[in-house]
Formats: sequence, structure tokens, C-alpha cells
Amino acid sequence: MFLEQLINGVTLGSIYAIVALGYTLVFGVLDIINMAHGEIFMFGAFAGMILMSKTGVPLPVAFLGAIVLTAAMGLLMERLALRPLRGRPGASHLASLISTIGVSILLENVAHKLFGAGNHLFETPFAEIRFTVGPVTVYLVQVVILVISLLLMAGLALWLSRTRAGKALRAAAENPETAGLLGVDTNRMITATVVIASAMGGVAGVLVGMAFNYINNQIGLSMGLKGLAIIIFGGMGSIYGAMAGGLILGLSETFVVAYGSSGYRDAIAFVAIIVILLIRPQGLFGQAPAEARR
Amino acid sequence: MRRTVRLLAVVACALFAFVFLGAEKAKKPAAPKGEPIKAKIGVISILTGQGAAYGEAITNGIKLARDEVNAKGEVLIDLSVEDSSGKQEQALAAAQKLINSEKVVAIIGPTLSNEMFAAGPEADASGVPIMGTSTTAKGIPQIGKFVFRNSMPESQAIPASVGQAVKKYNIRKVALLYGNDDAFTKSGFDTMKEVAEKLKLTIVTIQEFQKGQADYKAQLTKIASLAPDAVLCSALYNEGGVILAQARKMGLKVPFVGGNGFNSPKVIEIAKEAAEGLIVATPWFGEKNDPKVKAFSAKYEKAYGKKPDQFAAQAYDAFYIMTNALKAAGTADRTKLRDALAATKNFQGVVGNFSFDAERDVVMTPSVLIVKGGKFAIFN
Repeated sequence: MFLEQLINGVTLGSIYAIVALGYTLVFGVLDIINMAHGEIFMFGAFAGMILMSKTGVPLPVAFLGAIVLTAAMGLLMERLALRPLRGRPGASHLASLISTIGVSILLENVAHKLFGAGNHLFETPFAEIRFTVGPVTVYLVQVVILVISLLLMAGLALWLSRTRAGKALRAAAENPETAGLLGVDTNRMITATVVIASAMGGVAGVLVGMAFNYINNQIGLSMGLKGLAIIIFGGMGSIYGAMAGGLILGLSETFVVAYGSSGYRDAIAFVAIIVILLIRPQGLFGQAPAEARR
Repeated sequence: MRRTVRLLAVVACALFAFVFLGAEKAKKPAAPKGEPIKAKIGVISILTGQGAAYGEAITNGIKLARDEVNAKGEVLIDLSVEDSSGKQEQALAAAQKLINSEKVVAIIGPTLSNEMFAAGPEADASGVPIMGTSTTAKGIPQIGKFVFRNSMPESQAIPASVGQAVKKYNIRKVALLYGNDDAFTKSGFDTMKEVAEKLKLTIVTIQEFQKGQADYKAQLTKIASLAPDAVLCSALYNEGGVILAQARKMGLKVPFVGGNGFNSPKVIEIAKEAAEGLIVATPWFGEKNDPKVKAFSAKYEKAYGKKPDQFAAQAYDAFYIMTNALKAAGTADRTKLRDALAATKNFQGVVGNFSFDAERDVVMTPSVLIVKGGKFAIFN
């Protein structure tokens, strides 16, 4: 049972990690907690589901469709809900947080109108491929989810630290005014960040659909809250923190059920997060104390 | 003073109605006799957020019944539908609004037992009859003498399904799985545990989950490792369908016995072939060979494009029970309506023969069903 639960936990953790990566990217650059990320993720899941089950396109096309849709949603959200608030004199630091909450409520209800309230079967032959290693059955999807989450993490880390665009992004994160003076188009960088984060949400959505076989218009909310907890736990804006935090939360939730009491699944996972935060307030991989950030 | 004004208004309305009816009569001599009883009935249901699927079925069922009843013309019902979002405080606020500003004569709803525990006492204190159509937890009608329900409590349905399954499959060891954040599924679980203990079954493990959870693999892996003969699962169909699918996919093949919430064609829609072998006890059986049931199913499917489930059927019946009582009371008066409701006996609805007992609780016989070949069939 241990190995099976380990696989369950790693799969769940990898999904949490991908969701958290989207959060952490936007937070690292914009200092904005994007509360609508979970709902964009949910739309990615529905896009993948509809493409695959209604039009029968192959899996990569479904991924592509989900990415295109969520990227477009990210672009729209940045233009309509974030940019108008940015740099406006008198606009509170929290204004963008509230506007993303608004976007999330809007999207959840749009999804309710479009898709109804119940669970939708996410059927794909790919999700049925499995093999046995010793006594345990492993689904290929579970491996794919882990690999994609690791690839995304490594890709993001490399992109941010090694490429010109990544440098520009970090500069914009550090100080938008100075970066602008040095020739970085900060508006474009910010848009790019939101779009990339949203597209990652789309990927996560399709993966969740394949892993759990079901999606509904509420998954954004629960996944979104977990993602939020993970970035605080892993360290705001830290990519490795999001990955490690996601895996730790996924594994602890699974093992609480396996060896403890399933009723305390969330409680124990979150108590663990609080304890770690008490010891390391900046989070696992947090760089500096919160006051010194800007 | 205000009372006399209102009285005058009512008299004026009645006179006005007479004038119009007279005009009608002049045209069609065979028009129904007397004036219709006009009443405003409030509905509290989950229209948004988690659980909206249940609220949708319930309001659909009520609206279908409303259209039929109004078309007959003996009573004319104006519905006032309020959203509770599945939240206790919102259900209470909705009840207050319906009672005090909308001045409804009675309330149908709210959807969840949790919500009824908030809205029920308020309606009872204000002397407004309130009837839950999906509230099956213990102690609902005991809230007060204005509180009713027409949904069979789990405590009547579950002993039937568990008992028959145990006999047929010779079950000795069971695992229990339930949603611990909802009064409905929790109360179903309490009954299951009681029944299991009474039947001297060994409970190998008790696992919990929360509404809207997507991943049940951790709980199911644990259950599978303990190899029970059956799983007694108290869940609503939305979660239940997913649980079945994930259980079958990971190789847990033992029979599942569900509570009332499992009884919906949606379970089969969600879980597909994984739903095979699911056993439930229920007052509502859509495939029943009964002209009333068939007519209702056909009408519902035509109006909403899907088959009615238990939630829709019970809501549909509730509306009829309410308007029948209104007819018996002869006037849209809250207290008279309550007394007429409490006197309901042998009402022939789509969910079967229905009566209220002395405590305003449900008297019905459940049928035990099993999913076979993609649909519910009588289990034997």
C-alpha cells in the first residue's frame, strides 16, 4: 500500500506544484496574487475535455487548445482587470487582488452557465494506459504529470535566470521604473508573464482532468486555494519553493489519509504548513524577509 | 388601519377577479367554477455555487408542477425563488426575505439539511409552513410544527438497501466511506454504521471525504488494502459517481451500497460502466411501470432535455402536496395551510404513495435498486 499511496501523493503533489508555479510567477513579477488563476485553470480543463471528447482530436491538440484558450484569457485579464489599475495614483496595492477575485467569480459563473454544475467525465484513451511495476499499477498519466511538472519547473528556472527575456522580467520585477529607463518594455513583460502563467494553468487543467477523470466548475476554487497556500509555504515568488511545497502538501495529504484519519486530511496538511511558517516565516525557499522585498 | 386597507385591497381584487371571471364565463359557459385560490409560494434552493446541480433539478421539478397546476386553474401560484448558495446564513436570509417582504404563504426548500436547520426554526417561529424536498437528515420535522419534509430520511432507506445486499452477497466485512462536511451524508453514515452494527458486520475502516473533492485515491487505496466484502458509501451523486469511477479504475471491485443521494441517473452518466452493481434504496424509481411516473418523466425530459432524478421528482411532488393542501384549506392562510398539510394522507405522487406521520415526517416504502446494464433495475 505504501508504494501506491506514494504514487498517489506524488501525482497530487505535482498537480499542486504546476498550479502553484502559475501563482508564483505572477506574484514574483507583479506582486499580485492572481485569485483568478484557479478559474483559468478550470477553463483549461474544460477546453481540453471538450476538444477531446466532443471533437475527438488527439491529446497534444487538446493541450494546445487549452493553452491557447487560457493564454488568451490571461491576456484579456491583464488588459481589462490588471493594467487599468497599475500605477494609478491612489490605487491601493490590494486593488488588483480584488479585481482578480472579481474575475474569478465571473469566470466560475460563466463556467456554470456554459457547462452546468455537475461533474463531467474526462475521457481519454491515454488515461487508461498503465503498466505494473512489481506489485503496483502505475498509470502513464501519473508519470507524465510528474515529468511535465519537473520540466515546467526547470524550464521556468532556466528561462528566468539564463535568457534575455527572463532577465528583463526579473528587472521589471525588481523595479519597474528603472527597468523601463533601461529599455525594458515593462508592460509587455508583465503581459507576457500573465499569459505564460495562465497557459501553465491550462496545462495543469488538462492534467487534472486526465488524473482524476472528472472536472467541474468548482475545481478552480479548491485547487486555487491549495496553490495559494503552497506559494506562501514554499516562499513567495520562488519556483523551487512552489515545486517542493506542492509535493510536500500532496504527499502529506495522501499519507494523512493512508496512516491517519481521512477527516483531518486538510487540517493536518495546513497545520504542517503553519508550523513550518512559524519556523521559517519567509517560506521554505523564501529569499528575504517580507519587509525587505521592495 | 393597515389591516383594513389590506382587507379592502383583497376584497377589491376578489371583486375584480369576479368581473373577469364573469367575462370568461360569458364566453365559455363550461369554465371551472369559483375563483382560483391565489397564493405566493417561496422556494429556497441552491442556484449558484457547489450543489447547484441539486438546486437546478429541484427548481425544475417545482416549475414543471407549477405550470401544470396553474393551467388547471383551481389555484394560481406565484413562485418566488431565492438562491441559498448552499450556505446556512444565506438560506436563513432568504427565508426571512420570503416571510417578511414577499409575504409568502409557504416555503418549499431549502436544499440541504444543514440549511434547513438554519431556515426551519425561523419559518416555524413566524408560523410559515416550510417543506424540505431533499432534506433527509435526522431531526428535520422535529424542528417545529410548521416544518415538513417529503424526502424519505436515510434512516428509512438505508436499512433496506444494506439489509438486502448483505443477504444476497453474504457480506461480513464492510468499509464505510462518507462526506463528513454535510449533514445529509453524515446522517446517512450514522445510519449505515448503526445498521452495520445491528447486522454484526465487521467495519474494517471508516474513511471520510469533503464535498467537491476531486481525488479519492488515497482513501480508496486504503480501503482496497483492507479487502472488505462491500463498501457502504454515503455520498451525493456528484461525488459518488467520481468515487465509483476511481474505485473501479484502481481495481476495487466489491459491491457499493449507497444512500439516497446516490440515486440519480447522473451517477450512471458520471461513472458510466463503473456504476454497475451499485445498490441504493430509494422512494423514486424513474423506470417504474406507472403511468404517472412515465408522464412526468416524459414531460420533464421534454422541458429540460434530461431525465428527472429523485431531487426533481420529490420537488415536483412537494409542489402538488402543497397546492392540494392549499385547496383543502380553501384559502391562502399560513396556519390553515399548515393544518391541511399535516393532514396529508395517501397522496399518490410520482415517488409513490405518500403520507405524513404524526411528527410531519415521511411514511413511504422504499424500493431497492441496482445499476444493471447502464440503468437502475429492481434488486432481488
